Amino acid sequence: MSGARVEVCVIGVGLHPFGRHDPALTGMAMGAKASRLALADAGVSWADIGYAVGGSNVSGKPDSLVGVLGLTGVPFVNVRNGCATAGVALATAANAIRAGETDLALVVGFDKHERGAFAASPADYGHADWYGETGLMVTTQFFAMKDRRYLHAHGLSDRLLGQVAAKAFRCGALNPDAWRRKALTADEIMRARMINPPLTQYMLCSPSEGAAAVVLARGDRAADLCEHPVRLAAVAKRTRRFGSFEVFAPWLPPQAGESASVDAARAAFASAELSPADVQVAQLQDTDAGAEIYHMAETGLCADGAQQELIDRGETAPDGRLPVNTDGGCLANGEPVGASGLRQVIDIVLQLQGRAGARQVPGRPRVGFTHVYGAPGISACTVLTVQGLTA
Amino acid sequence: MTAVDPGLFGSLDPPRLAGGRCANCGTVSFPPQTGCARCAGTELARVALADRGTLWTWTVQALEPKAPYRAPGGGFAPYGVGYVDLGDVIVEARLLGDPAGFEIGMPMRLALLPLWPGPDGSPVVSYAFRPADDGTAHDGTAHDGTADDSTADDGTADDGTADGNAADGNTGGERG
Repeated sequence: MSGARVEVCVIGVGLHPFGRHDPALTGMAMGAKASRLALADAGVSWADIGYAVGGSNVSGKPDSLVGVLGLTGVPFVNVRNGCATAGVALATAANAIRAGETDLALVVGFDKHERGAFAASPADYGHADWYGETGLMVTTQFFAMKDRRYLHAHGLSDRLLGQVAAKAFRCGALNPDAWRRKALTADEIMRARMINPPLTQYMLCSPSEGAAAVVLARGDRAADLCEHPVRLAAVAKRTRRFGSFEVFAPWLPPQAGESASVDAARAAFASAELSPADVQVAQLQDTDAGAEIYHMAETGLCADGAQQELIDRGETAPDGRLPVNTDGGCLANGEPVGASGLRQVIDIVLQLQGRAGARQVPGRPRVGFTHVYGAPGISACTVLTVQGLTA
Repeated sequence: MTAVDPGLFGSLDPPRLAGGRCANCGTVSFPPQTGCARCAGTELARVALADRGTLWTWTVQALEPKAPYRAPGGGFAPYGVGYVDLGDVIVEARLLGDPAGFEIGMPMRLALLPLWPGPDGSPVVSYAFRPADDGTAHDGTAHDGTADDSTADDGTADDGTADGNAADGNTGGERG
């Protein structure tokens, strides 16, 4: 099976750093910047690109980018899947290569969010007005409530939330592109202003601004174009199934079900013919500190409840056995929704290529994993490997 | 007094939430859906949900949410939010009472939540849950401190099915 499948590789990456920028700098302008950086990194031109996919939640129609990148007539698909936008965009471009539509594809994501928590429209998610008006439709409430339930069910301490956030800011301090570069102790984080208990302000990711892009190539072309191509061994996306506990849910059935993240991760590993135990560096959606904790288990990287020991031993730090979010994740970079999943992919690509600088994971990892999760219950996961690695 | 949304309540006095029970698989949705999330059935009967349950998880909204949130007449004040296990279904709800006392598994009961004045001057209401034994009556007003509210509690116990379901929900075991 796998021998017949078309291989897809990442051959170039470009990031417009996430954070707060000049009010006059548009999301689309950041998208153009990231696209050009990725094309330059790949050593190809925009005219070489035979298929493009772009994602943005609030900052315009991505295919408008052709106006500044060049009117080459390239097919350009727009994606808007919440926090999973970039994962879905990546899958769409990879499938275009597998389907034979092109040898080279560009994937770009960008967003420029206003300050403060996200505001969501009930109608956009199939709910009536009362759900928003009465103050139930707030993403951070869901994060806090899922965290509390998870920590309670698996006998984990609230302190773990402070430890995860402290690790994120330590990584941010090592990443020149990160938004939040000041290390904070777990105690400082635990004592900070409470937003949605048990979550304090430093345990929640902030909407931010930024853009990210990658160039994908069919495997046989990748080796010619790139010294160290990274193989997109799998990309899978899923919506929620019955019984999962998801954001913006007025009700849940008493029967528990597995989350979209469980399904997407399982499908990605199966497609890559690898297992979670093979992963040497991972990116997990950490829109809040607790999300990183339960996503470790939902994606299969550890058992439920095993997080305390792993994190106490520093195993999820860049020099640990299972480094997670080595660029500081959403907590240290904020989240421009359309770009966030590509930031994850870029961090893993740099790690697998040995280009991650001060946050480089030792021992040249060969297998990486990324995971995004978004409203109203969607996940996309990738498995990235050093090209030539056989399962 | 009018409901913030006509779909939420089976009745306002006494307050009971409305659910939709799938004729095919029995799954209960809230508010009643037009299709079953479990089996894709489209025949759903409107049922009254239990007015008692147990707290499944909770938090507090400490900062005023952006629109479309609408602050009450007196302005924003931090409020509790949680999921309450009613046995057949776990519903998301505003919570009343002191969050310092909130604990997963604690018994909760339904209350009305006054929101803002309607066009006719009478309150527009939504629903909330409050700790079952916090010494307040079902309308949310405080007792004088001497009366015990067993009368009000007994008044809801005539629906044996609902209370039995809530008791089943106490274990919360199925969801780990």
